[in-house]
Amino acid sequence: MTITATTSSPSAPADDVATSRRRARPLRWLAAAVLAVLTAQLVAFLVGNRRFGWGTVAQYLFDPSVLSGLGVTVLLAVAAMVIGSVLGGVVAAAQLSDFGPARWAATAWVGFFRGIPPLVQLIFWFNLAYLLPRISIGIPFGPTFASWSANDVITPLTAGIIGLSLVESAYLAEIIRAGVLGVDLGQRDAAMAMGFTPAQTFFRIVLPQAMRVIIPPAGSQFISVLKGTALVSVIAMNDLLHAVQVIYNRTYEIVPMLLVACIWYLVVVTLLTVGQRRLERHFARGHLRDVRPVEVPA
Amino acid sequence: MTERATGSSARTVLRLRDVRKNYGAHAALDGVSLDVAEGEVVVVIGPSGSGKSTLVRCVHQLEEIDGGAMYLDGELLGHERHRGGLRPLSARQVAAQRRRAGMVFQQFNLFPHFTALRNVAEAPRRVHGRPRAEAEREARALLERVGLADRAGHYPRQLSGGQQQRVAIARALATKPRILLFDEPTSALDPELVEEVLAVVRELAAEGMTMVVVTHEMGFARDVADRCVFMEAGRVVESGPPAALFGSPSSARLRAFLSRHAADHPADQKVLS
Ligand SMILES: Nc1ncnc2c1ncn2[C@@H]1O[C@H](COP(=O)(O)OP(=O)(O)OP(=O)(O)O)[C@@H](O)[C@H]1O
Ligand SMILES: [Mg+2]
Repeated sequence: MTITATTSSPSAPADDVATSRRRARPLRWLAAAVLAVLTAQLVAFLVGNRRFGWGTVAQYLFDPSVLSGLGVTVLLAVAAMVIGSVLGGVVAAAQLSDFGPARWAATAWVGFFRGIPPLVQLIFWFNLAYLLPRISIGIPFGPTFASWSANDVITPLTAGIIGLSLVESAYLAEIIRAGVLGVDLGQRDAAMAMGFTPAQTFFRIVLPQAMRVIIPPAGSQFISVLKGTALVSVIAMNDLLHAVQVIYNRTYEIVPMLLVACIWYLVVVTLLTVGQRRLERHFARGHLRDVRPVEVPA
Repeated sequence: MTERATGSSARTVLRLRDVRKNYGAHAALDGVSLDVAEGEVVVVIGPSGSGKSTLVRCVHQLEEIDGGAMYLDGELLGHERHRGGLRPLSARQVAAQRRRAGMVFQQFNLFPHFTALRNVAEAPRRVHGRPRAEAEREARALLERVGLADRAGHYPRQLSGGQQQRVAIARALATKPRILLFDEPTSALDPELVEEVLAVVRELAAEGMTMVVVTHEMGFARDVADRCVFMEAGRVVESGPPAALFGSPSSARLRAFLSRHAADHPADQKVLS
């Protein structure tokens, strides 16, 4: 190259941005100071106020009844999320189908289970025996092969799982549908053009790309189911909230026991968030600007 | 022009008879008939909206036709004989027919979540059930053929447009198709990247691949086509060897199209004059 950078005056030193210094940002210093003061106040409040009863919190944090309540809460949330995802996938597929009756049924499903408060649904399922004393499997309007008393089948646990799964399926159906609609139609064309069947096209090409968009809202949804499990304490299910309630009804240490529940909810939510971030990274393959090419052995 | 495909003894790979396709009241294809012989390169030209994309999409059964018939190697596409009439094939059967043709899109449509290698190897593995190692070995050979052996581990987003389109061509070749369909393979590319893609298509032509290419690249059409087809308003208006079509267009509409094109693309002047 023969062209060199020119400076305004020949005597001035050559410019080099490597020597450029950081710019002062006074507003950031102010914001940092405010946040520090607020944090200090919060800590002083938590530590200084004896009514939090941290000693009691520590005493009950790993209490067997609290841990078993935590187990029930996690079990309910996971069961509702798994069953809800499968049902939600089917309902989303039905909503996207070109077969009218499937579309209408799916739309009604979403409207119904999203429209009624979850608490009402849980109480309803718990009282199913009133409406349907016996549950049976057989040919519709024909002979039955097996039948059970609804009172035996519908325990607080099954009522909780059914109720939460159905609510979940409605929300997840909408999340999955939006994710699938977000995938470029050219992807479907290309997959079909290569001879993929419609099912292969959906599961290998469209869904993995939709997952990128599906996971963040589905993660929030999982967190809200986890918290939603607290509702099952009204149908006498021994979840985390119910476990601490039983204890404070005996000891009257309401605030410390609620803190025990809060800590566990936050622990589980934090673990979920970490898992969600990992999944997001997995499905962002090929979408991040900074991904490095994959090493492929020759 | 090459003589390999023009002999009357060559087998017909693709046959379209009076194919019609409507979008509502609009006839996007209004009775198209066309035969493509083994090893022949047919280039389709025509103004925007004349039905060129619709034609190749229908041949590949990405759209259903409303009338007429299409045959690949003599086999009726999309329908089967049933009780003295015809009925549509199942989705699975249609997928099996699509495997015998390959398609390259204007927008590449590579799978962004797969590397270049996996884009090429995926169909042989999933559709033809080939073992992974074997599928990847062949995919690597195909990438080498389009000059991208060193880009196997790159995701589509890390490739230039021309490189992406070359991967897309390798992908279309991976299923060993009888015929390749191109819908404006270079229209989404910067001018300086067009030639690297056309070079690959030229090479395929020289190797005897049967192809239908929709393009606006008149120079390429003239060089590579065994036959050129001019479409307008969903019909084939004129068809013949490129020298005849470009040299002495017989219809007024083709003359108008060519002069409009020459005005827009002065660089193609010598090709068309
Ligand atoms: N999905 C669709 N729905 C309705 N009309 C359509 C659809 N696809 C194409 N058409 C119409 O069919 C006609 C032919 O379209 P086509 O895309 O085949 O044209 P083309 O020759 O490929 O044009 P271009 O050179 O601009 O790509 C156009 O009038 C277009 O508006
Ligand atoms: Mg087009």
